[in-house]
Formats: sequence, C-alpha cells, structure tokens
Amino acid sequence: MSYTENDLAKDLENSEYKFGFTTDIESDRAPLGLNEDIIRFISAKKEEPEWLLDYRLKCFKIWSEMTEPSWAHISYPKPNFQGISYYAAPKQTKKYESWDDVDPEMKETMAKLGISLEEQQRLTGVAVDFVMDSVSVATSFKAKLQELGIIFCSFSDAVQEHPELVKQYMGSVVPATDNFYAALNSAVFTDGSFCYIPKGVRCPMELSTYFRINEANTGQFERTLVIADEGSYVSYLEGCTAPQRDENQLHAAVVELIALKDAEIKYSTVQNWYPGDKNGLGGIFNFVTKRGICETNAKISWTQVETGSAVTWKYPSCILKGDNSVGEFYSVAVTNNYQQADTGTKMIHLGKNTKSTIISKGISAGKSHNSYRGLVQIHKNAHNARNFSQCDSLLMTDECGAHTFPYIECKNPSAKIEHEATTSKIGEDQIFYCLQRGISEEKAISLIVNGYCKEVLNQLPMEFAVEAQKLLTISLEGSVG
Amino acid sequence: MQTIEKESAAGVNWQLKGSFLLNPELRQKALEVLDNTPFPTTKTEAWKYTRVAKIKNSNLSVQENPVPLTGNFGLSTDSIQYVFVNGHFSEHLSSKSYPEGLKILALSQMDEAEVRVLGGNVLLDGEVFSSINTAYATDGIYVHVSAKMQIEPIIEIIQINTEKNVLSNLRHVLVGEAFSEVQFIQRSISVNGSDNFTNVISEIHVGKNAKLTIDKLQEEHESCFQISTELVSQHQDSNFTINTFTLNGLLVRNNLTIEVDGQNCETHLNGAYILNGNQHVDNHTVVDHKVANCESNELYKGVIDGKATAVFNGKVYVRKDAQKINAFQSNANVLLSDDATINSKPELEIYADDVKCSHGSTTGQLDEEAVFYLRARGLSEASARQLMVGAFIEDVIQKIDNEPIVDRIHTILKERFNWVIE
Amino acid sequence: MLKITNLHASIDGKEILKGLNLEVKAGEIHAIMGPNGAGKSTLASVLAGREEYEITEGSVDFDGTDLLEMATEDRAREGLFLAFQYPVEIPGVSNVNFLRTALNEIREYRGESSISAKDFMALVKEKSAIVELDAKLASRSVNEGFSGGEKKRNEIFQMAMLDPKLAILDETDSGLDIDALRIVANGVNTLKSDKNATIVITHYQRLLDYIVPDFVHVLYDGRIVKSGPKELALELEEKGYDWIKAEFAH
Ligand SMILES: Nc1ncnc2c1ncn2[C@@H]1O[C@H](COP(=O)(O)OP(=O)(O)OP(=O)(O)O)[C@@H](O)[C@H]1O
Ligand SMILES: [Mg+2]
Repeated sequence: MSYTENDLAKDLENSEYKFGFTTDIESDRAPLGLNEDIIRFISAKKEEPEWLLDYRLKCFKIWSEMTEPSWAHISYPKPNFQGISYYAAPKQTKKYESWDDVDPEMKETMAKLGISLEEQQRLTGVAVDFVMDSVSVATSFKAKLQELGIIFCSFSDAVQEHPELVKQYMGSVVPATDNFYAALNSAVFTDGSFCYIPKGVRCPMELSTYFRINEANTGQFERTLVIADEGSYVSYLEGCTAPQRDENQLHAAVVELIALKDAEIKYSTVQNWYPGDKNGLGGIFNFVTKRGICETNAKISWTQVETGSAVTWKYPSCILKGDNSVGEFYSVAVTNNYQQADTGTKMIHLGKNTKSTIISKGISAGKSHNSYRGLVQIHKNAHNARNFSQCDSLLMTDECGAHTFPYIECKNPSAKIEHEATTSKIGEDQIFYCLQRGISEEKAISLIVNGYCKEVLNQLPMEFAVEAQKLLTISLEGSVG
Repeated sequence: MQTIEKESAAGVNWQLKGSFLLNPELRQKALEVLDNTPFPTTKTEAWKYTRVAKIKNSNLSVQENPVPLTGNFGLSTDSIQYVFVNGHFSEHLSSKSYPEGLKILALSQMDEAEVRVLGGNVLLDGEVFSSINTAYATDGIYVHVSAKMQIEPIIEIIQINTEKNVLSNLRHVLVGEAFSEVQFIQRSISVNGSDNFTNVISEIHVGKNAKLTIDKLQEEHESCFQISTELVSQHQDSNFTINTFTLNGLLVRNNLTIEVDGQNCETHLNGAYILNGNQHVDNHTVVDHKVANCESNELYKGVIDGKATAVFNGKVYVRKDAQKINAFQSNANVLLSDDATINSKPELEIYADDVKCSHGSTTGQLDEEAVFYLRARGLSEASARQLMVGAFIEDVIQKIDNEPIVDRIHTILKERFNWVIE
Repeated sequence: MLKITNLHASIDGKEILKGLNLEVKAGEIHAIMGPNGAGKSTLASVLAGREEYEITEGSVDFDGTDLLEMATEDRAREGLFLAFQYPVEIPGVSNVNFLRTALNEIREYRGESSISAKDFMALVKEKSAIVELDAKLASRSVNEGFSGGEKKRNEIFQMAMLDPKLAILDETDSGLDIDALRIVANGVNTLKSDKNATIVITHYQRLLDYIVPDFVHVLYDGRIVKSGPKELALELEEKGYDWIKAEFAH
C-alpha cells in the first residue's frame, strides 16, 4: 500500500488549481496569425529540410480548404486561428550538455510541477523529455537508451538525425486530410516527441514526456511519433499540466503509433490542462488526434485519465490491420463546472482474429457535459473479430449531462461484438455506508469514484496511477450534488 | 380539398397530380420546405447508414383515384378493419360498424373543417419525407377512443399497395382518451404490387391512464420502399407499447418518436427484423423522457442474411429534472451470411442525475456450442441453426399479446425464410 | 450511554416509530426482537442518521450529547456503529483501504495522529482473526461479490477494527451457517467490555444462546411493548408474536 486515498485529503486543501502559475522566460515568438509565410518562418526557425517545408505547405493548403467540425457534442467559441502565435521558443535555444546548465527558473517550474528531473532520475527511473512551450529543452537517459538502440528525442531532433524514419512514418497513420485539427497540426507543428524501439528490444523503462503550455496565446501543436519495430515493447507516458489563464488556448496535438509485427505499445496519458474557472472562464481547448496502427500480432493499448481542459475532443484509436492484433482503450474522463468532454475511441478491425476492448468511465459533475463517442468497425475480411465495450457514466449533480454515442458497424458474420453502457447516479447507499463508518462525504465520494474507475486506473503505471487518483479527487472538489 | 398546383418537389421526377387532404396552409409550408430541402444523403447524421437515392430516382406516381380490389385482408375475424389501397380508403373492404365509444373515419370521409385541425404537430423543416407526406397525403385513418372506453376488438389498419411505382402517402391520427384501452394492428402488404413507395405518418396520442398498443407488421413486396413515422405523445400514468416486425420490403425505414410527457408512464418498444436478399431495414427510435418517474424498455432483435443490411439507432433522452427514470434498451443481431451488414447505434443522452439507464448492443453468430449440441441430438445442421435463430427472435415475438399476428409472423417465417417452426 | 425518549419517526409521510423508549447502559447487551416490518431496521437507521427519515418527536441522548443533531459521520466518529442488515457493495474500493480511511478519519476527529501502515496491517491481522475472516476478503472490494454470510462477517470485522462504544447489529445472524454464527457471536463477546454496549436485532433466540443479552425487548408497531430478561426470548420463540399482537392491537 504505497498510496491510499488518505493522501487525497492533503490535496483537497489545495482547492485552487495547483499548477496555475507561469514562468517568465523571454521567448522568441512568431507574429500572430497563420499564412504561408508563417509556416516558412517556423520551418526556417527549425532549420528544416526542404521536404518537410513542402509537406507543411501541402498540409496548410489542405487545412485552408477544410471547415471546422461541428458534430461533436460540444459547444465552444470557435478559436480565432489568426489570433494565435504559431511559434514560441525559449530564447536560449542552445542545447544543454547537462542538467546543471538548465535555466534555474525553468528548474523551479518543474519543481513546482513535482517532476524535477533529478528526482525523476533518481527515484523513478523515468526518462523525461520536457517540452517547455514548443522546444525540447532537456532530455535524459539518452545514453542508456542509446545502448539499446532506442531513439527517444524531440521531434525536431528526429527530423535532423533520423529523417528517413520521420519521412516514412509521419502522416502514415494520421494523414493531414484526416480532420481539420490534424491538418492544422501537420502544417504548423513545432515540436514533440519521437520514439523508435528497434527490433526485439524491450524498452526497460517507461518513456515519459511532460508537456506544458507556457506562453500566453500560444497554440500548442505537438507531434508525437512512436514506432515499435518488430517484436519490441514500449510503455510511453504523457502527462499535461498548464498554467491558469483567462484566454482560451488551443491545443491540437497529433500522436501516431506504429506497432509493427509482434510489437506492443502501451500509451498512457494523464491530461490535466487548465479546465477554466468555476464560471467556465478560460481553459484549454484540447482537440487531439491520436491513432495507432497494429501489424500482425501487434498490440496497442491506450489508457487515459482526462480531467482537464475546458473542451476536450479526443478519440485515441487503433487500426487493427494485422491478423491477431489487439487494440485496447481504457479511459476515465471527469468533467466539472463548465467543462465539456467528447471522447472515446475507434477500433477498426481489418485483420483476422483481431480483438478490441473498450472500457470507458465518464464522471460528470457541476454543469459539465461528458460524452462517450466510439466506433467499432468490423470489416468484411476481419474474420473472428471480437469486441467488448463497457461504457459507464456517473452523474454527480442534476445540472450536468452524460451521453453515450457508440457506433457499431459490422460486415462480417463471424464477429462477436458486445457493447454495454450504463448511466446512473452515485450510490446514495454507498455514501451512507461510508458515512456510517466515520468517513466524510467528500472523502466518501472520492473513494467511490476511484473505485468506480479502478479497472482503468489499474492499467496505469504506478506513479501515474497515484497522480491520476489525486487528479480525480481534485477535479471533483465541491461537486457534491 | 384542393387541387395540386405543384407537380414536382425536392427535385424528384415523380407524378404528383391528384387531390390532397391536409389543410392548405400546412401543405403550402410543406411545399416550401421541399423547395429548399434536398434529399438526405449519408452525410446527414440521421441517414448515415441509409441511402434513399433509390427512392428519389424511382418513377413514382400518386394515384388519383382508388383502384377496385376484392378479398379479405384482415388477420383476425373479429377485428375492426380499415383498408387503404394505394393511399386511398377502400370503403367496401372496411368494416361498417364498430362499438360504442369509438369513432373511426377515413380522413377522406371527414368534414374539411375537421381535417383542417389535423397534422400540425409534425416537424417539416429539413424533413423531406414528412413534408412529402404532408403535401401529398391522400388519405388516412382517424381513430378516437373516448375516455374510459375499453375497446374489445382489435383495430386493423391495412395498407395495401398494388400495381407498380405507386406512391402512397397516408396520414393516420390515433387518439386514446383518458382511461381508455385499445389495440391496433398496422399492417403493410403488397397485392400484386411492386416497386411501390408507402410513406406513412401516424400521430398517436395516449391520454392519462390510457393504454394503447400497436403491433406493426411490415411485409410489402421485396421491391417496395416504406418510410413509416410514428409520433407518440404519452400523458400521465399511461402505457404505450409498439411492436414492430419487419419481414419484407426492399428499403424500410421506421422513425419512432415517443415523447413521454407525463409522470408514471410505461413505454415498451420491441422490434424484430428478419432480412435477406438486398433488403435494407433501418429502425430509428427516440424515447424522450421529459418528466420524472417513468420507465421505458426497448428490445430490438435482428437476423440478417444474404446481402441485407440492418440499421438500428435507438436514442434515449432524459431531460433536465426528469428524475427517477429507468430506461433500458437492448439491440441484438445475428449475421447469417458473409455479405450481411449491421450498423447499430444505441445512444443515451442524459441530463438528470437520479436515473438508471442502460443500453446494450450485441452482434454475433449463433452459439456454435449449442448448434453442435443440437446436431449431436440428431438435428441436421440447417435445422439446428434455424432452431437457434428461431429461439433468438422468439422472445421478441412473445412480447406480442395477439394470437393472429403471431400466427402471421410464423407463416411468413416459414414461407419467405423457409424456417421450420414447431 | 444511550437514552431514547418518545421517539417518533416517519418516512414518506408514514409514521414507523411511534413513541419508542429505550435505555442502554455501558457494559450491557440488549436484544430487540419483533415481527417483520415492526420498525427494527428503522430504529437502527434513525440512530445512524439516515436522512430519509423524518424525526417528528422525541430525543436521543448519546453519552450526554444530542445524537439527532449530529451528522452521520460524526455519530460514527463518536462511537456509534451499525452492522447493516443489507451491507452495500462498493466496487473497486478495497476493504483495507476503506477501513484505513475510516479509521484515520475517526482518529483525526479525536485529535489522534493517523495510524501507520505497519500498525494498521497488524491491526487488520489481529481483528480478522477474531471473526476468522479470510485474509483475501480483507483485500477485496468492500462487500463486492461476498456471499451473504461473508458480508455479515465483514461487518463484524469492521466493528472490531473501529472499536465502537455502541454497536447495533441488525440481523447479523441471518444468513450465517451454524459455525459462522458461533464465530460472529464469539467475536461480539470478545469485543465486549464494561465500557461499550451492544444492541442485537434478531429474529432468533438461537443467537442469544451465544450472545447472552441482559435485556430482551419486543418492538411492535413502532414501540417497545415488552421488555424482560433473556427468558423472554425463549417465550417468544415458543409462542410467536400473536399473543403480543393481541395484547396491543388497537
Ligand atoms: N421508504 C419507505 N416508505 C414507506 N414505508 C417504508 C419505507 N421504508 C420502510 N418502510 C416500512 O417501514 C416499516 C418498518 O420497516 P423496518 O425495515 O424498520 O422493519 P423491520 O422491523 O426491520 O423488519 P424485518 O424484520 O423484516 O427486517 C415496514 O412496514 C416498511 O415497509
Ligand atoms: Mg430489518
């Protein structure tokens, strides 16, 4: 029992958003707005090769011809795409030789976030690639990973050092034409993470990246590419915190996972962008495209704990292309106050004997809206495909909403698909039982909700599970109906 | 009544000449909608899985006058039967008498003033088929059950199509007043008819403490289209049940919307669809819980063979403050062939917290173990499978509390699907 | 310790308790018997503070404080424990985690420091032995998938862990096999001291062979209509409730 919900009590005292602060690092930023010149500016700043600039310009053209989607069960003021600066980098762009060279203020920021690199290195064995606004500033454990042939670096470095891999795989799972935000990201992405696990290698540690929006009015357009070569394994962690702001900030990331034959990728996210204040003012718009492709016998497992952002629009998906491949999606989404989340997954079964599992737990509080939207698609040749989906929603107040929109499409008679969804109120009998044992109501709700989400939380690596539990509790503060 | 001034709408190439029933302002509105509304495509969310281009491209025409037809088309001998042929009321095929407390009329028999008040509740904006129906309805039934009356005989509404490329727009109004009880059969059949399109709207009102049941049986020719829309409003303490059986037809779309607008209501929706060939059947249901303390149960099951496609889209709304709602929904499907398709979309949209709502959707094959077990007991593989399919669908059939219709379903299963039913 | 005076309680406008009086002193065991629907569980719920019940009249004094004024969790923290007739399942929350949270909140309320993981585990070991609760059950989710008997045993285990002043056992004996009955009764007896008290709600005299009550009360139609020594239970077992019903029918 390294962690019990007792620790939550301490966090409860900190009822204001605990990561709400900004660091003052002079930055080198692009003028507001978006046009071809801005894209050339970004590309030049990053000293990119010609092919990448061409790719960006092509994507920009695609994006210009698209209209914003409006089908998700969310409403929000449309971002002004010309009112955003598409590039910001810490002024000091030289790479650090060692951790000691890093700007002290930046270190302090990380200390406040509770993820100081020294500690991470010493205690947890987690290699952290820290993204401060759009440029990667510190990378650790590189040497150790290098020994195994694992490449874990910023996306920009990958462009310079492994252009063939980037060229081959970027956009192969999420083409720019996929959707409005993917196209935008493809045109203007500034940085992100890149990971390559060679054949047969089992990555010995959790690879982790903490993203953080730091610059006012800076849209974040991360690009993540994870390639697990044949027979390899990697567990990748992504976590977000963001400073408190009044203006809405746009976050439109693209994550592409490629699991080659017999490979396995486990991708875990704790998402805690600033959700806006109690009155729904401010907060991050989080429009993310995450998708992975599985070759034969490969497996991709998405686990996410979504507590932040004013608006979330996110469907981590699996294309089960290879025979016997497996896709999993475990999700907890908590919304409070005026938050809106529309999240779920797509499981596209193409290969034979493909299997997918979807476990989604939505918790709505305050005046928030929380939707599950999922697609299970069994193609004609996907013989013996299996899907099991369980989507549960818990309602905390009479002013929130919980919605379930599963799409099930099946073209193969040997498929077996089971989908189940429930929506209910938090159990009053359960709360009374806890009260009778001397547990306060707030704690009782935290216990019950954490129990409700156990199946998903269990999928997270230990450190993440602890953080996730705290986040659930913090997110539900004052939500008692 | 009014003579048509417009002979085309929504860009279709249909013959729309005739005389139509509903009040002129309403028809005018419908025609305006048709001017501005294209046929839905699969980009329209509500028609994502159903293409209606085939209907649009058919050379349909409205029949101006009733065609003569003889025969007995009722399922039951002691029912009250109202027969419509190609969109027109057939007086000589219909019952002449009915019990006290009941008022039944064909719309064409009613005073113009009486008809004028009908039909205003149907949403027209953006709804091509409802607008076509509103603009071009040629007849329909009006049933009024007075308060506290329990109508013993079943009322059979029989919609017959004959000939070829006929467009029938029927408009029904069924009213069960407070504390009344009534049971309907609504059956669509083809009598030497093919390539026809039946577009029918029923407005149903279930009064306080009333009980109203509809068994709907769709068995038109395998080349026919049908779009059938029911708008139900339920009042306090009422009980509404609808059982929809789709056993034939090329393209059948059912739009069932139930607004539960009074407390302590019970709502039951059951459906079965058994498809083969190129059939396409789409059941869209909406149960809209607007107030507290109600219960709804939905069970739809499908068996899909050949190149057929089934669509199920069931939505349950629980509006704000509609507390203590129990809503259950289940959709189960069996695909029997490599070319069969199912698209299932059960949805929950919940805005109140003290609720218990759930839905389930399953798609699969027959239980191979059970098939094996039956074969081990000496059944041929084919009959083992049929037995299993029969058992799968039987629990929906058992929801029907009406012998003649159950018999009819079993007959179709035998004749059209070659099922061996014991 | 507990003094209930003229207690009236109703639910959904229906009066269930109709002027109930009962006094329990430290060191005593009281048994409450009575026909189905008499209001026994209602009394337990009202004492524990279930909000659905409206108290229309009367008072309850618990060691000098007005029990009815306290929040449910504070009653628990003051030492009132209810072993539920139907213990609820809480999926995903492990029994130990649940109890540790409860224990620490109670300690915090009393101004004590929280219990260390080591001491806590030792306590779990010691107390689960008393009711012979399988260690596996302690780490499983609260009551989830427990058999009827296991749930009851778990209630007594929780009681042992929380060490209450006043325990109310609502039909803890129902659903127990003979051995389990003995174990549970044995647990209750082990925990008994001259500082605490127990109210046992039961239908069967059999339990009282193991947990010997100082008083037996008959609760009928919302009131205690008869009180007596433990022999009263035998009499009830033999004669049923009809003679009492006849006596008090109005
Ligand atoms: N919500 C409610 N509304 C109306 N009556 C209620 C409600 N809850 C309980 N009651 C009634 O209160 C009465 C007392 O119930 P209670 O559970 O206290 O009985 P009991 O003595 O514990 O019975 P048993 O021996 O069966 O456990 C019963 O008649 C019961 O039906
Ligand atoms: Mg009881």
